Amino acid sequence: MTSSQGGAAVLPLRTDEDVVRLRKQVRDDLVALGFSLVEQTKMVTAASELARNVLRYGGGGDAHIEQLSDGGRKGLSLSFIDQGPGIEDIDLALTDGYTSGGGLGLGLSGAKRLSDEFHIDTAPGKGTTVKIAKWKHF
Amino acid sequence: MERIPILRMGRLLLVTIQVDMHDRLAMTLQEDLTNRIVSDRATGVLIDISALDIVDSFIGRMISHTAAMAKILDARTVLVGMQPAVAITLVELGLELEGVSTALNVELGIKLLERGKP
Repeated sequence: MTSSQGGAAVLPLRTDEDVVRLRKQVRDDLVALGFSLVEQTKMVTAASELARNVLRYGGGGDAHIEQLSDGGRKGLSLSFIDQGPGIEDIDLALTDGYTSGGGLGLGLSGAKRLSDEFHIDTAPGKGTTVKIAKWKHF
Repeated sequence: MERIPILRMGRLLLVTIQVDMHDRLAMTLQEDLTNRIVSDRATGVLIDISALDIVDSFIGRMISHTAAMAKILDARTVLVGMQPAVAITLVELGLELEGVSTALNVELGIKLLERGKP
């Protein structure tokens, strides 16, 4: 059972600078929650990949940052929401090396590997929401 | 316009990235470095990322491309100072910095470049 602690912080993703701001905010939150340096680095990198996807492929959008609590466990959840064209073939989009936009094709698949939970909700013409979470390891 | 400074040391160029770069800044650096290799007749490029606490696929690609461009311009590139947590994350992300030599710090990177071409 997962519940959020307080409301989610919402950060806009409209410019390159917004991606830098998001990385900083996610880092600060992970530090405050006591995540290890390696876990911080993985989650901030995943956030950077997904934020760039929102910008490049989704035409901009928002990131929601939420602290999680499950019994004694603490975690951080990030949602990346855009109203862009959506993804037609999710399996293909999650394949290493596949790109529709001239990138390396590691954004989605890499972010999935770097996080503990990964959920994608998308349909052609309906935009894309990617939600990832990381739990603090004891 | 915001820019990352490039220092010249003999025939080598040294870039120390000390800010969290947004994507346009990274692309500007790639262009500046490529231009400086030619204008300064540089034979080696050192990119110091010891102050960077993440390298994502975009920055990784910029570094790979810069090394490839440098090679075509007869210069070698050494990436120095990567933090252990960044290395762990890069491998999990699936990014192979192909064609990029690495060294633990600037001093070792200079030694690597001074040993001449492989």
